Order: sequence, then C-alpha cells, then structure tokens
Amino acid sequence: MTQLHEVTMDEIKHLVSDRALAGETVLLNMGPQHPSTHGVLRLLLELDGETVVNCIPDVGFLHTGIEKNMESKTYQQAEVMTDRLDYLNTVGNNLAYCLAVEKLVELDVPPRAQALRVILAELQRLASHLVWLGTSALDVAAMSVFLYCFREREVILDIFELVSGQRMMTTFIRPGGTWRDVPVEFEDAVRNVLETFPKRIDEYEALLTKNPLFLDRTLGIGKVSAEEALQWGVTGPSLRASGPDWDLRKTRPYSGYEQYDFDVPTHTEGDVYARYLVRVQEMRESLKIIRQALDKLPLGPIRSNDHKFVPPPRSEIGVSMEALIHHFKLWTEGFSAPKGAIYSAVESPRGELGVYLESDGGPKPYRVHWRTPSFNNLEVLPVLSKGVLVADLVAIIGSVDIVLGDVDR
Amino acid sequence: MDSALIWEIVIKSLVLILVLLTGFAYLTYYERRALARIQARIGPNRAGPWGLLQPIADAVKLIFKEELIPAKAYKIVFILAPIITVVPAIVITAVVPWGGTVIVGGREIALSIADVNVGVLYIMSVASIAVYGIVLAGWSSNNKYAMMGGLRSSAQMISYELALGLSFVAVVLLGNSMQMSQIVDAQRGIWFIFLQPVGAVIFMIATLAEVNRAPFDMPEAEQELSSGYSVEYSGMKFALFMMGEYTKMISISAIMATIFLGGYLGPGVDRLPWLGPLYMFIKIFILLFGMIWVRATWPRIRYDRLMAFGWKVLLPLSLAVIFITALGILLEQVWLIPILSLIAGGVAVLMVNLSLRRKAYAR
Repeated sequence: MTQLHEVTMDEIKHLVSDRALAGETVLLNMGPQHPSTHGVLRLLLELDGETVVNCIPDVGFLHTGIEKNMESKTYQQAEVMTDRLDYLNTVGNNLAYCLAVEKLVELDVPPRAQALRVILAELQRLASHLVWLGTSALDVAAMSVFLYCFREREVILDIFELVSGQRMMTTFIRPGGTWRDVPVEFEDAVRNVLETFPKRIDEYEALLTKNPLFLDRTLGIGKVSAEEALQWGVTGPSLRASGPDWDLRKTRPYSGYEQYDFDVPTHTEGDVYARYLVRVQEMRESLKIIRQALDKLPLGPIRSNDHKFVPPPRSEIGVSMEALIHHFKLWTEGFSAPKGAIYSAVESPRGELGVYLESDGGPKPYRVHWRTPSFNNLEVLPVLSKGVLVADLVAIIGSVDIVLGDVDR
Repeated sequence: MDSALIWEIVIKSLVLILVLLTGFAYLTYYERRALARIQARIGPNRAGPWGLLQPIADAVKLIFKEELIPAKAYKIVFILAPIITVVPAIVITAVVPWGGTVIVGGREIALSIADVNVGVLYIMSVASIAVYGIVLAGWSSNNKYAMMGGLRSSAQMISYELALGLSFVAVVLLGNSMQMSQIVDAQRGIWFIFLQPVGAVIFMIATLAEVNRAPFDMPEAEQELSSGYSVEYSGMKFALFMMGEYTKMISISAIMATIFLGGYLGPGVDRLPWLGPLYMFIKIFILLFGMIWVRATWPRIRYDRLMAFGWKVLLPLSLAVIFITALGILLEQVWLIPILSLIAGGVAVLMVNLSLRRKAYAR
C-alpha cells in the first residue's frame, strides 16, 4: 500500500485566511477532475457559504516537458512539439516558433507564404475562439451554443486537413515558409467560411448577447481594471476587455499584418461580458483579415530559396549536387543557428505568445522558453474571483480562456 | 367499500405506475432526441430501431452497476433519499383526472385514482416532499459538492414555492373548486390559460424550479458542482434520482395540462371518453417539449438571483394576479382578467428589463 500524503492545515496556512484555520470557512478542492476547469486545472477554494474567499490555482497536472524536450531536438524537429503546447492554437504556435527561428538565422519569407500564414493563423484564431465561445457558454449552461460552435469549427479543421493532411497538429508553417503550397480547393473552402461565418456569429449573438439570463450571469462579474490587468501581465482579449488596445498584430506587426485593415475591438468594463464581446468582435475582424489576405494572395514561391535552412525541392535533388548535399545535411544534422538569443512574439487567440530561443551555435537550441498567455492570464484568476459565487467563478474561468497545455509546458 | 372497488383502484394504480415508469424511460429518450435535434446532432440511434431500445439498455446498465456507498456517508439516509425523491413524484398523479368515465364490462370507471375534493392542496403538499430527498441526499453523502447542491435546493424551494402556491389560487378562484375534476369541468367554455395567461406563465416558471430543470437546475449544476447532490450516487440509486426528476416532469406537466389546458377535454371527448387520455398525452407531450426546449437554449440562473426573482418578481406578480382574478369574478366581468393580468405581466417584464439595463449601465 502506498502511503497517502495527508495535507495538513500547516502546509497551506499561508494561502488561506485565518478563518479557514479556525474552521469557519470551507476548503473545497475544485479539480483537477472537474467539468469546468477546462482541463486539469486544480483550484483550492476557500468558501464562505458559496462565496469564494480565496481561490488558489494549482497548475502542473499537464506538465509535458516540451520546453526541455525541444533542447534535444534540431530546430526542424522541435517544431513538431510546438503543436502540442496550446492545442487550440496549433498553427499560431508554429508561426511563433518559425518567426523566432527565422529571426535567429535571418531567413526571408516569400510574400505568398506570409499571406498563407496570416490566413491560416486567422482561421486558427476563429477555431480557437469558437471553442472558447462554446465552452464558456457551456459553463453558464447554455449547452446548444457549444455544439453549434463545434459544428463550425469542424469546417475550419477540414480546411487544415485539406492543406496539411492533419486536422489539429498541422506543422504546416515551416521555417522559411510553409510546408507546401495550398491545393486549388483551398480558396473555395475559405470563401465558403467567409460566406457562412458572419451569419453564424449573428446566430450565436442572438442566443447570448442580449439574453437576459446570460447578461445576468456575466455583467459586472470578474472585473479587473486596466492597471491591474497590466500589472499581472494579462494580454490578449482579456486585457483588451479592460481597455488597453494592445494587440501585437497592430503594435508590432509580423508576417505582413501591417498591410491589412482591421480594428482592434476594446471595451473598458473588464468583466466577463466585456471579454465575451471582445472575442466575438475579434471573430468578425479575423474574417476581415482573411478576406483581404485571400483577395490579394500573391503568386510565387512558398519557401525561401536559402537552402542552407530550407530543404530544396524534391525535383532538384536528382539533378543538382548542391541540392543533394543540402538535403543530406538538413536531414541528418539539421541547420545550425548563430550564437545568440532572441525573443519573438505573436498575438495568439489568448494573448502574447512569445518564444525565447537561445543558441550556442549548434543545430539544437540551447534553451527554449515559451511565454504563454494562458499562464499569465491564469495568474489573475485569484484577483478576479475574490468575493464571487461559485457559479460566477466557473463563468470567470471560462472567460479568461485558458488552455492547460499552454499553462504547463 | 366493496372488494370490486378496491380491485379497481389497485388495477388503476398499477396501470398508472407502469405508464409513468415507462413514460419516464421514454422521456429520457425523447429528451435526448429532441436535444440532439436542436443541437444539430443525431442522438441515440444504435439500440434498436431509431434507438428506441436505448432506455432499456440504460436501465440494464444501471441495474448491474456497482452501488457504492461512501465510507463516511450516513447510510440509512443515503439509501432513503432517492426513495423520498421518487415516491412523491409518482404519488402526486393520483388526483389527476386522465379522462371522464368509461364503461368497462358494464362497470362505470372514473379515469382518475382519487378525485379528492382538496386535490390542489394534496398536490401542493406532496410536491414539496421531494425536496427533502435532495437535501438529505446532499447532506448524507458527506461530500462538499453534494452538500452545496442540497443547500441550493432548499434555497431554491423557499423562493419558488410561494409563487407556485399562489398561482394555484388563481385557478381555484376561476374553477370555484379545489377538486381537479371540477377544475377541468369549469374549463369546458374556455381554458384557464386564456383566462389567466400570466398565472399560467408563473406556474410554468415555478414548476421548472420545482422539478430542478434548466434554467433552475442549480442543485445538480454539472458545470459548477459536478452534478451536485447526486455526485456520490451510482447504479440504481442514481437511476432513482433520474426517475424522480423525469417522473416529476411528467406529473407536473399533467397537472399543468389539467389546471390550465383543459385537462382531458378536447373535441369529441364526451362521446368517446377514451379520447381523454389521448388528449392528455398530447398536451403533456407539448409541455414536456417546452421544458426540453428551455434546457437547450437558456443559460442557468444563479441561485441567489433565483431567490431575488422569486421574491421580488414572481411573488408580487402572483399576488397581483390573484387580486385581478378575484376582481374579475367579483365584478362578473371575466374578460377583464386576461387583459388586466397581461398588463400586470407586461409591467413586470418591463421592470426586470429596466433593472438589467440599469445594471448594464452602472457596470
């Protein structure tokens, strides 16, 4: 028999209030197996009746060791792991990683590849927001929205399957461009999304935006001010719902986001409802970006010509000795990055997704660190949930939109 | 009382219980299919044609499942609680008239089990017992989630029970009787839902809370309390809770149909009394769909908001409804009742909207 480790009050007394030690309040363990903690988040709650006195998040149940693991893989191999971090933003993770590698080795990306990256990243943002909308609506028990959202997400995942053969873990974006060019059906499939989606968003809004019960559950719940959100390092829609219009796509454009005309929706209230509104409006803005990018999708190569870093096309290998050498080098040893360290960030559906890469000159990264938005946004949860009811807490967890794969890595 | 009468009652009760229990099983199927339809899914479709054997498969699974009793549970209450939930749900239907009188083998048989002259009071008192089952289940499980579910359930009860009782009063005034069969007879001219639409709506809202259905399903609240009071239950004891909930849905719909939708009345029911149960079935079916529809589309309300809603909106409104009904009857101007009560209902909706808007503005 294994000995169970019984937690005594002594061990947690710095986390809870004095009233818990006196036995006046109840300590409740919410998670890691709980329907609304969006994965394996554990919350230690101190409850006075149903009022949350203290909420102590406990992370690490989904620790995968991806950061450490990436150090033992070449730059190309390590990319496959990035999909597994934030499993709702796989393309965005690829993009963040590839941008970092490209910055490290100073690789250029042809315009067609950049436009494709933008389209795919925005589709991914739509898919991620759909999952968020569905699950957070489910948290307040509006169960049909959940299934409608997953119906629409399916269409987007089908597009990913079309271009890459995989529905979720695509690894389609590669350092120096994309894996392949998109098939001819791609444009029609995306146009179909552009056509149907605005109506679908209207439908969701019809179900939720003015629903008195939904308003009742979300208005004024889990408020956070702009200053406080900034102090806690909150980014993404959760920050923009409090006021600051900090969106990396606008403030530090990458992949040619500066060419597209779109708005950054903000609200000032900083409550659950504001976070809902920001994300729903963001879905409409994403559609705008996709439409523009698709309309002026340039023709041309989809990968950089620098074969020190990008594998040469298969057709060249048979006729060109250099191509063969490059191919052999890339698939045995990988490419080496110059010594140095860089940080590069993209706007993921959840906020600032940053990659820190340190190179010792070899073909494998010396250190990889991910600045993941879910982790930083989760930190603000105790602030948001002071004095709310358990029912509100569930709505708040839903509204900060965490992905546990993104929190523990 | 001759022995034939006793046999008649026993047989009628057995038939009713059988119908209710089968009805409960197929209500779960109905709900799952209807929900699936609304949510762009298919629903159960594997067991038997169109999945019709699914309820039986579920029952078999639950019967053979291991019944766990937590080590620190209070055993007697833990076992008793599901029974306390189920029994009132079945017993409550005893006073519901399912039809007029039919002649079977030369014997006149009334299609209700006990048409007592205080039917409304009987319903009120029996319906409230079921909440004890839930509270006791929550308490005896010795689980914090279950406890919270049980507490919510009692908080919920004190907020809707008054409105429920008061909406019965309007019906009693209109029907001039507490006997269910006479209330039905009083609706031969016009159904009470048209005479007292606001009362019917209040009754509907209160019954949703009574049967712990969405949007008032806080005692189980899957997303918050991970199924609340029934979290420690498994196997047949869990099935009993489900049975209690769904049987109560049927019973409450039957009562709603009886007091507001004219009960078993319908075209041709006087000549062919067997049509009565059929009309009842159709009305119950429609009301049940309403409950499922609400579950599919509406978020859950917070339990403190339900209490506020019950005390600040439903209670004054149902008092106003009683006043209006009494006034209409006193002045012998029945047409006044629907008009005035609709105005009162409109005012209430407007004020709820205003308070929500004020809240939206203040945030």
